[in-house]
Parts: sequence; C-alpha cells; structure tokens
Amino acid sequence: MKTAGLLLLMAGWLLVLSALALLVPGVARNCFVAAGLAVECLGLVLTVRAHLPVRSDRG
Amino acid sequence: MNLTDLQTALVLFALLVAPLAAAGLALINSGLGRSRNAAHAMMASLCAVAVAACAYFILGHSLQGAAGERARVVMIAGKPWDLLGAMPPFFVRLPAGGTPAFLAALMGMESVSLAALIPLGAGGERWRLISVCGSAVLLAAIAFPVFAHWSWGGGWLAKLGFVDTGGAGSIHALGGLTALAVVWLLGPRRGKYSSDGMPMAMPGHSVVFVLFGCMLAAAGWLGLNAAGAILFAGADVGRLAMVGVNTILGASAAALVAAVVTKVRFGRPDASLTANGWVGGLVAVSSGCAFLPPAAAVLTGLVAGGLVTFSVEMLELRLEVDDPGGSVSVHAVAGMWGLLATGVLGRFPGGNGAVMLAQVAGVSTLLGFVLPASWGMNALLARIVPMRVSREGERQGMDLFELGAGAYPDFVVHTDDFMPR
Repeated sequence: MKTAGLLLLMAGWLLVLSALALLVPGVARNCFVAAGLAVECLGLVLTVRAHLPVRSDRG
Repeated sequence: MNLTDLQTALVLFALLVAPLAAAGLALINSGLGRSRNAAHAMMASLCAVAVAACAYFILGHSLQGAAGERARVVMIAGKPWDLLGAMPPFFVRLPAGGTPAFLAALMGMESVSLAALIPLGAGGERWRLISVCGSAVLLAAIAFPVFAHWSWGGGWLAKLGFVDTGGAGSIHALGGLTALAVVWLLGPRRGKYSSDGMPMAMPGHSVVFVLFGCMLAAAGWLGLNAAGAILFAGADVGRLAMVGVNTILGASAAALVAAVVTKVRFGRPDASLTANGWVGGLVAVSSGCAFLPPAAAVLTGLVAGGLVTFSVEMLELRLEVDDPGGSVSVHAVAGMWGLLATGVLGRFPGGNGAVMLAQVAGVSTLLGFVLPASWGMNALLARIVPMRVSREGERQGMDLFELGAGAYPDFVVHTDDFMPR
C-alpha cells in the first residue's frame, strides 16, 4: 500500500504537469490541475494510512 | 541579471547574517530533545551543515544552475522545458567576486545547509550520525538542486511564474517533506506510543534553548529573505524594508496565535508550541515576503500559527508520526501554506491568476515529486547504512552511545527539587 500511495502521488503530479504542458490556459486546464491535485491527496492519504501501525482497535 | 553595487553589498551582508537561521534551528532541535541526546543533536546539525555544503559544492550547484546559465532543456509538446542546470561541478568557471551568479551560489549553499537541518528535528534521538550525513548528501546533491533549479534557477516552475522569495518551498517544504519520509522510515522513539497507540509525553530538556533559538532564527531569516528578494524576486533596495517588516509580522502573528490557542485549550500557553508557531510564521511568510502587503503577512502568520499548532497534535496523536522538533508541521505544512498564501494574498503586476496556478504547481511538485523521491532515496540509503540506533543506544542516549560523552557531564540532581513545600 505504501508503494501504491507513493505512485499515486507521482501520478497526480504527472497529471498536473501534463495539463500544464498540453492544454491552453483556461477552465479545462485548471480543472485538470485540480484533478491532479485530488489524485495526489488520495495518494497522500494512502501513504499515511500505510505507515500507521496495525492496532487491534483500528478499522 | 545585473546588480548595482548597493544591491551587491546588501545581498552579501544579508548572506553573512543568514547562517544564524541554521544556528537557531540547531538550538531548537537540541532543546526539544532530551538531555541525553543534546550533544548528538548539535553534532549532527554541524555535520549535516558541513556535509550539505560540500555536496552542494561538488555536485548540487552544477544541477541547480542559475537563471540565464547553461541548462538541460527538453522539448515537450513543442515547448522547451528547462529541467536541470548544466553548469560544471566544483564551481569551475563560476565568475568569482561579487557577481550575481556567485552570490546565488553562496545563497544556495546556505539554503541547502538549512534544509539539511530540518529532518534532524524529526528524526532526533534515534537517527544514527552516519545516516544523517548520508541523507544530507542526498538532499544537497540531488533533491534540493533539482527543485531549486525549477524554482530559483530559471527552470520550468520559475517560467510559469512561481514565487518563492525566501525558500518556503525550496528550503522548508522540501526539508519538511524529507523529515516526514525520514520519520516514516525510522519509526517512533521507543516508549513513545503505548500498545493502544496513546503517545507518552517526552518533553524537551531546555525550553531556554528553544526560545533563544527562535530569536536567532528570526535574524537569519531576515538575511535569507532579503537576499532572496534581491537575487530571485528582482526586488529593489527600497523593498527590503517591507521584506523585513513582513518577516517579523508573520512570525509574531503565528507565535501569538499558538500561545493563545494553547492557553485556551490547555489552560496555560505552551512554550514549545509557541516556538513552533514562531518558526512556522517565519517559514510561511518567506515565500511572498517581497510581494505581500503587511496586513497580508499578518494574516499569513495567523493561519500558519493555527495550522502548525493543530498539525503537531494531529500528527502525534492520530497519525503516530513521532516528530520531536515539529519539523513536519513547522516546515512542510507552513511552507506549503505560505506558497499558496502568496498566490492568494500577494500583489503582482499581472494579477494573481497566473501566480496562483504556479504556486499550486509548486505545491503539487513538492508532494508528488519531492516526497516520493526523498522517501525512495532514504529507503535505499537505509539498505546500505542502517538508519536507526540500537535499542541499547536509545536507552543510553545518543550522546554516550555515538559520541562517548554526554552534553552535561556535571549534572547533579538537587535534593531540594524533591523537598515538599
């Protein structure tokens, strides 16, 4: 799960880079940048959860 | 770029003061740890600074480059993307004297030394000295120069309009995210968390160190921000007074918020959290110190102080991130907030839209490139050089185990401390 989280972080960043490289300034580009950030946030959550110690009372 | 004689003199003076930031941070890190690790904390700080400076001289500056100098450019979708510097290593062919390129190299060296100190606050009390030095090499030779080229060295982020005057992103968020990677790899200190995840208090041994360190750090930050304003933000001499005002206002607002929040929540203001708030304010405001109106600097500091206070608690209590120095909250969280605040609150000639997009791209790069890269490099290093001291070393204290001598060999326990009043 750690690796998946870190890869998602990088994937989100590459999404942002692609939006900046391939799209013209406008609403569409901003939306793709926001989407890339959302993917990064997902990756960060996954990475954080992967580093939490396993405890019996944790879901 | 060309600098006037006055600008050159001011940048040089500012860079002579800037190392006080590293001194302050080292004191803070030492003070927030226990006395059995105090000397090791300072020794690790000195070694990290030394190793980082040398690694930057050997390779880092070559990769960072400078605006207008040779660079490695890649064509993507028909547009040139400036990805990496291509200057010779060892400062060869760098025009000596008070040229902007040499001053930028000096600023880079001091910045990377400061960035290398940041993970020590998080990994303190269990991180072996040799591993600290190895991590500092990776940060100074690879991680920092790559991001600093993108943001300061004329790279693609800078061309997008990214603003990072004093290094909130290049130094602090980068160092703070490296600290997070290190803490994840090291694990918490022994005895920090009970079997059901409840954290045990391990207070620092010297609040005096911590608070004095804050004052030193402020002086150093003034130097870094002033130098960065002239070298990287093109500020004229007249704008330096505003840079100084914003720096102090940001730190003050953040410290006061931290003090008030802890007073309200715990009944008394907490000195170490107030200190963390102060440094968090310095970090947050350093990004846009040349472009924020003073009221905006106060607002940036207010938010930074609140963010740092709650982030420290959340990381320790809920996410079980054992960070004795609060490095992740103070540098990563406040640094990223500072970058975004610059885009929202700064005043720019062409409007804030393009700058805001660039700041978001910068934060995205920090999370999506710097954090995974730091984690990967330090994980690889851990396979070669074990990061964590042994159980016996942690029990004895890093001072005795790694250095062979304690910081306070003459400590005497005073019996009147225990007499009933």
